[in-house]
Amino acid sequence: MHHPVAAEKFIQDTPRVNWHNKAVWYVREKRDKAAQDIPEWEQLRDYASAIKTDTISKLDKYLIEFEQRAIENGIKIHWAKDADTHNKIVHGILDTHQSRLVVKSKSMLTEECGLNPYLEAKGIEVVDTDLGERVIQFAKEDPSHIVMPAIHKKKEEIGELFYEHLETEKGNDDPNYLTEAARHHLRKKFLKADAAITGVNFAIAETGGFVVVTNEGNADMGVNLTPLHIASMGIEKIIPKAEHLGVFLRLLARSATGQPITTYTSHFHKPREGAQLHVVIVDNGRSRQLGQEDFRRSLHCIRCGACMNTCPVYRRSGGHSYGYSVPGPIGSILSPNMDPEKHASLPFASTLCGSCSAVCPVKIDVDKQLYKWRQVITEKGFAPNKKTLTIRLGKFAFSHPLTFRIFGSLSRKAGRIFPKKLLNTFFTKWTTGRDLPDLPKKSFRDWYLKNGIDSHD
Amino acid sequence: MARVALFVPCYIDQVYPQVAIATIELLQKLGLDVVYPTNQTCCGQPIGNAGYECELNDVAHRFIDQFEEFDAVISPSGSCVHFVKAQYSFINQSDSVKHVRNHIYELCDYLTNILNIKNFNTRFPHRVGIHYSCHSLRGLDSGKPSEIIGEDYSNIQSLLETVQDLTLVHPERKDECCGFGGTFSVDESAVSVKMGQDRCGDFENLDAEYITSTDMSCLMHLDGILKQANSKTQVIHVAEILNQTVTS
Repeated sequence: MHHPVAAEKFIQDTPRVNWHNKAVWYVREKRDKAAQDIPEWEQLRDYASAIKTDTISKLDKYLIEFEQRAIENGIKIHWAKDADTHNKIVHGILDTHQSRLVVKSKSMLTEECGLNPYLEAKGIEVVDTDLGERVIQFAKEDPSHIVMPAIHKKKEEIGELFYEHLETEKGNDDPNYLTEAARHHLRKKFLKADAAITGVNFAIAETGGFVVVTNEGNADMGVNLTPLHIASMGIEKIIPKAEHLGVFLRLLARSATGQPITTYTSHFHKPREGAQLHVVIVDNGRSRQLGQEDFRRSLHCIRCGACMNTCPVYRRSGGHSYGYSVPGPIGSILSPNMDPEKHASLPFASTLCGSCSAVCPVKIDVDKQLYKWRQVITEKGFAPNKKTLTIRLGKFAFSHPLTFRIFGSLSRKAGRIFPKKLLNTFFTKWTTGRDLPDLPKKSFRDWYLKNGIDSHD
Repeated sequence: MARVALFVPCYIDQVYPQVAIATIELLQKLGLDVVYPTNQTCCGQPIGNAGYECELNDVAHRFIDQFEEFDAVISPSGSCVHFVKAQYSFINQSDSVKHVRNHIYELCDYLTNILNIKNFNTRFPHRVGIHYSCHSLRGLDSGKPSEIIGEDYSNIQSLLETVQDLTLVHPERKDECCGFGGTFSVDESAVSVKMGQDRCGDFENLDAEYITSTDMSCLMHLDGILKQANSKTQVIHVAEILNQTVTS
C-alpha cells in the first residue's frame, strides 16, 4: 500500500492521530532539553559525522580488523550477504545447539531480515523481551518506530492484549501493573530459554568487542542466562576505536529518548565461560548503498529514531504507513535501495522540511537524499503519481514565457468566471480541507508593465 | 549602485501580485535600483520536487539567462530561492550559473544580511505570528532552527520587531512545517491538510490576527484552510507588513 493511502486511513481517527502526534513530539522535546545541556552538541555531531565518513570510506579494512580481533577473543564470526543468508546462519547455529526457545532483545536488523517468522516456521519459539516489542508481538504487528516499537498503542489496548495473553485483570491498564505482569512473564521465558539474540549498536574494530544499549536490561538478562549468544549487526555498525564510543553514546541516548545515557550500556568482548558467542555481520543491500555517492551517508545512521520524532509527516501518519521495518525519514531513504518499486511512494512522503537533517546526530542529509531518490524513482519509471503529461506541459510553459502568460491569464479568468463549487470538483485533492485562492484580474507582470517601470523611472 | 533584479515566483505573479508589488515598492523606497526581467517564468521547483529534474534543463537555463546580468536577485520566496541555490547543480556550473546561485536572496535575508536594515519606521497594529518557511529557515539559514543547539537568531523576527505596534505571538512548536510541500499538498493531501490545520490551530489559539511568512506558498496552503474553516485569522506576506508605511 502506498504511503498516502495508508496515511489517510490513519488520519481518519482524529483523536488518535492527535494523541500520536503529541506522544511522539514529547520525545522530540525531551531530546531538545537533553541536547541543550551539552554546549558542545553541534561539535559532537560534527565529530560523529566525520568518524562515520571515515569509517564507511574504509569499511572493508575496519570490518576485517574487527573480525580478526573478535576471533582472537573467541567470538565466532559469520558473514551474510542478505537477509535470507542471515536467517539461515542464525537458524543453523540454533539448530546445532538444539535451541527451541530464543529470547531476543530489540534488533531492527532482525526485523529487517524477517528473522522471527523464519525461525517460527522452523519450530523455534522466539520471545521478544523488549517490553514494546513483546506488546506488538502479542498484537501480531510490526514495530511502528525503531526505538519505541509500540508507540502507536494506547495503554488501554496494551491492557487488553495483556488480559488476553498474560491473564491480567480485564480493564486494568495501569502501566505499573502491566509492566510488573510483563516482568514476571518474561522472567519465566528468560529462565527457560536456551539461546539469546541481540542486536549490535556499535562494533569496535580495534577491540573486536561490541556494545548493546537497552533501558530494560533485557539483553543482559538473556545473554547471561543462556549458553548461546548470537548478535546480528549490519556492516555499518563498525566504529574504528573504543574512544569513539564517547562521541556516539553521548549522542545516541539523548537523541533517541532525551536520556543522558541508556540504563544499560553492555560491552561484550568474549564468550562467557562455557558459553558461545556468535556475531553475524550482514550486508543486505548496504554495500550497494555504499556504492551510490548520493546515498552512502545514510549508512551513518545509528538508529536513534530522532528523525521520526521530529518528522511532522511521521507523527501524523504513524510508522505502519511506511510499510518498511525502518519507518520515517531515514526509512524513506533506506527502503528505496532495497526495492525502489515497492517503496516508491516513500521519498515523496515528505515536505522536504529538513527537520530530520537538522536533528540527526550524525548529520545525514536526509532531505537532500529524499529529493535525490525522487529523481531516481522517476527515472526508473516507478513514480507513484505519474505526472509526465502535467510535467511536460509545465516544462513547456516555463520555457515559453508567452505560453506561460496566456495560460496564466486564461486560468485566472476561468477561476473568476466558473462557480467555486464546480472548480472544487476539479481540484478535490486541494479543496478537501482547503479553499482555492481568489484569483486576481492582473498578474504582477501586468501591473509592472503599467506601473512598475513608471514609478521606478 | 548595485543593480538588483526581482525574481517573482510563478504563482506569486499569477495569484498574489500584491506580494510582488509590496516587495518592489519596499525595495524602491529603500533606494534600490530594482528591475523586473519581464520574461521570467518559474525556477522549476514544482517539477524538480516531483522527481522530474531530468526535464528541467531548459527551464533552469532560461532562469539563469534572465538574471545573470544583475548584481543580486531578490525574491519574496525562500523556497524558490533555496531551490536555485541548493538544487541547480544539475546544470553545467558556468560562471553565470555560479554567479546567480551565489547572489540570489530571499527578501528578509537581503534586508538583514546585505542592507543591514535595523529599523523600518513601519506600523502594523496587530497580533502577528511568524510561520517559518522550512526552506528559508533550514535551507537558507535565515534563522536558527529549533533542532540546532546554539544562539538564537531569526532574520524575519528581527525585522518584524522593528515594526511599531506589532505584537508578535509565539507558538509552542516554533518552526513546525505547515504541510504544504509543493506537490506533497496534493499527493499526500490528507497529511498535508492535517498538518496545515494543526499549524493554523497553533496561531488561532494565540488569537493571532495574522500569520506571516517569507513564503507565500506556505501561506496559500494555510489561507485555504483558514478560509474553509471561516477562521478570523488571516495570512499576510512579510513584505506586505514591511511595506505598510515606510518612511525612510
